[in-house]
Amino acid sequence: MSTLARKKGFWPTVWDYLTTVDHKKIAILYLIAGGLFFVIGGIEALLMRIQLAIPENDFVSAGTFNELMTMHGTTMIFLAATPLLFAYMNAVVPLQIGARDVAFPFLNSLGFWLFFFGGVFLNLSWFLGGAPDAGWTAYASVALNSPGHGVDFYILGLQISGIGTLIAGINFIVTIINMRAPGMTYMRMPLFTWTTFVSSSLILFAFPPLTVGIALLMFDRLFGGNFFNPALGGNTIIYEHIFWIFGHPEVYILVLPAFGIFSEIIPTFARKRLFGYTSMVFATVLIGFLGFMVWAHHMFTTGLGPIANAIFAVATMTIGVPTGIKVFNWLFTMWGGSIRFTTPMLYAVGFIPSFVMGGVTGVMLAAAPADYQYHDTYFVVAHFHYVIVGGIVFAILAAAHYWWPKMFGKMLNEALGKITFVLFFIGFHLTFFIQHFLGLMGMPRRVFTFLSGQGFDTGNLISTIGAVLMGVAVVVLLINVVVTSVKGEKVGADPWEDGRSLEWAVASPPPEYNFKQTPLVRGLDPLWIEKMEGKKGLTPAEPLSDIHMPNSSILPFFISLGLFIAAFGLMYHNDYSWGVPVAIIGFIITFGTMFLRSVIDDHGYHIHKEDLLKDDNGGVRA
Amino acid sequence: MKKLKWRLLLLLSVMTLVLSGCGEPFISTLIPAGEVADEQFSLMMLSTAIMVIVVAVVTIIFIYVLMKFRRKGSDKIPVQVEGSHKLEIIWTVIPILLLIVLAVPVVASTFNLADTDPMKKALADDKNGGKDPLVVNVRASLYWWEFEYPGYGVITSQDLVLPTDEKVYFNLKASDVKHSFWIPPVGGKIDTNTDNENQFWLKIDSKRAKEAENIFYGKCAELCGPSHALMDFKVKAVSRDEFNSWINKMKNFKAETVAQTASAKQGEQVFKDKGCIGCHAVSPADNRPEQARTAPNLANFADRERVAGILEHNEENIKNWLKDPEKYKPGNTMTGTYSELTEEELQALTDYLQSLSVEK
Repeated sequence: MSTLARKKGFWPTVWDYLTTVDHKKIAILYLIAGGLFFVIGGIEALLMRIQLAIPENDFVSAGTFNELMTMHGTTMIFLAATPLLFAYMNAVVPLQIGARDVAFPFLNSLGFWLFFFGGVFLNLSWFLGGAPDAGWTAYASVALNSPGHGVDFYILGLQISGIGTLIAGINFIVTIINMRAPGMTYMRMPLFTWTTFVSSSLILFAFPPLTVGIALLMFDRLFGGNFFNPALGGNTIIYEHIFWIFGHPEVYILVLPAFGIFSEIIPTFARKRLFGYTSMVFATVLIGFLGFMVWAHHMFTTGLGPIANAIFAVATMTIGVPTGIKVFNWLFTMWGGSIRFTTPMLYAVGFIPSFVMGGVTGVMLAAAPADYQYHDTYFVVAHFHYVIVGGIVFAILAAAHYWWPKMFGKMLNEALGKITFVLFFIGFHLTFFIQHFLGLMGMPRRVFTFLSGQGFDTGNLISTIGAVLMGVAVVVLLINVVVTSVKGEKVGADPWEDGRSLEWAVASPPPEYNFKQTPLVRGLDPLWIEKMEGKKGLTPAEPLSDIHMPNSSILPFFISLGLFIAAFGLMYHNDYSWGVPVAIIGFIITFGTMFLRSVIDDHGYHIHKEDLLKDDNGGVRA
Repeated sequence: MKKLKWRLLLLLSVMTLVLSGCGEPFISTLIPAGEVADEQFSLMMLSTAIMVIVVAVVTIIFIYVLMKFRRKGSDKIPVQVEGSHKLEIIWTVIPILLLIVLAVPVVASTFNLADTDPMKKALADDKNGGKDPLVVNVRASLYWWEFEYPGYGVITSQDLVLPTDEKVYFNLKASDVKHSFWIPPVGGKIDTNTDNENQFWLKIDSKRAKEAENIFYGKCAELCGPSHALMDFKVKAVSRDEFNSWINKMKNFKAETVAQTASAKQGEQVFKDKGCIGCHAVSPADNRPEQARTAPNLANFADRERVAGILEHNEENIKNWLKDPEKYKPGNTMTGTYSELTEEELQALTDYLQSLSVEK
């Protein structure tokens, strides 16, 4: 195993990615898989918008629409946004803290493959009798009433991918706590690392409730349980609580890293350090904490009574305060700066007003009695798309352009990037702004059609046109990716020239060991500090010596494959006699592989000092 | 402070004017026609006004920053500012104050709208039993609504008749999966759960009901299955006198005597032979337990606004619905429960259904 990149054939490359435990390659896997699911979720959205373009349309049937709606939400949250953010966390966080990899490289690979097999399982439902149709929330009564196996795909697929997400979250927590380079104190960590840290902590507390909730649902649907059957003493309101105790923090799990991404991009292209760094960190932590205190605002109309509704209304409003702090800090980072409008920066400036609009409608929704009117209407659809698209998707697209050179060594084409931005930005506002008014005018959400004569026709048509524009924008982005891979020119360590944090101190793409010598961090924005002192590289914190690296492994792939097989067995065990044996075989594969992992000693390997001297790609000059 | 108050008021009134042009009076929340909707509308306007101020402030700073601080070719390095305590305190404290302005009416209104004590008293009193104030029991089932007036022993479906200018109290639940009961211009929604009964009240304003021609659209607002989008009902707003006369007619309705013509009488027979009567009651005084009431009560079917809640009420649509309900409401529970109807049976059944009226 050499550190030098060699030209490889197709199959060796596939094998390399199947077995890799390198955070940078896992990042690429997350990016490809997440990107694929993002496109699938986008196509589902477009089909829905075509159906709703005109009243009483019959482009898709009512049942199919519910499947599209469920899969769009589930795919975008669990299989697109989360993994795409994980892609950047994997690619960047170890570099930002001056580490050679994450704390548990093997688990990192396992987390990816679990997510991937869970996602594939969920999407296979389209070909195996129909997709889930109970909404991404899968409220118990409607989920239990849903015929066929659609909802079972949801339940089992999300449990598998949920374990993957949990593992990834734990890995980042340990990495950030333990693997920071000397001098990288908590209050010197870049904001993206901070938000990854807080978001991973939220995963740690939020995903277990989800797993429990859908496991109970699984017992009810597949194994004759009655947790949610009121006739036998069950209770469906409990499911709503469990789901939203996960579901609300999930929003912050996604949006905090998005905040982190913009907190990297804005200082870079304004050439100014982040305004109010300390308050940014505290706002992040506070949002994470409050995120767990507000779940019942999704249930104002459930009938929890005025005391619960009033408390949760006020608690929800308080989240506006730390979020407002962040917005003003971003604005004042740019104030007095020297702003360069690159593609990532365009997304960042587009994000601020878009996200503020999503935020203020959030406060409006927090007013419980007014929410009785907004709840489950297109107003809510508009609100959360302003937050999720205007916040998270903008961040994902910004980060794609910002860190692409770091991940692949080539810059995405700026002209095409700007075209993507303009189309996407206009399309986004065209699609969702009008939906606020559709909701206020009385249009409920999750409807497969609407009758004419209710005043909804024009708004829906405008919304569909906007959605098509967003679709075109994504196509331009894909063309950009292809063009860049074929023709793009190789770039150096700091292609944007104004890089501030450690990832811009190593080659693009970085060597597998990241840093030849672990750097010494002397303050916030360590690379900027060195640059301002006229130095060309980082100050090393250790002499050049052998580097210990983990071995690649195919075991994570098989652990995940086993659960994938077992899920099919569990799902069909009531229908076919082969169900139980297949489940057992699947579990044997999983636990057998785990056993192998436990008994086989794997000491990794060393990259020797002599090889490092020959290789001048490392960030820290020897 | 006083200046601010006036500006806020001005903003509020401008917004009210702009927004109230939105939508149709029978379905838009922006054209409220009752006390509950009014209260919610004013909260919506207050929060929108505060939020417009926030958006305006951010936008002004935003545009200024983007104009003023663009990089103009120079390699100048800007001053690296750490932060400013004064500024940070300002943008922490002002939002808190704005939120307090919003939070106080929110909490007050939450408690006001949840006050259903008069209903509990009315129901506890045997003589009253839900007459004064009027109590309505709402039961939602897959794609249809049942409305029971416990004070009068009257059950109806799909069209909810409500007296105007008085508080009406509701007991709501679902019989299969969770639904949500919503009449946008009259007041916000409340879920009908499978586990418990929810309570709330509404009050329709007669003057503004007239502008909506005394008919409001009701919607199911919680995903319940394929035909969730089609689970509509209608609300007829009538004066107290009209309501009294209607409910008396309902009480004294004799289903056995409605079929007058030969065709209608034949239809009555078909209604029995095909087993329709097993699920659909034709008398408002249906004494069966709710588990047995598995389909809409048809006592005043001919008076209703729509067929199956969605189709225009005419003979053609009644026949279409009876021929193939699956086509109009996918996933409904009526499909496949009866053998195919001949043209003659269809005509007879339609005539019979059209005779089920308390108004004619």
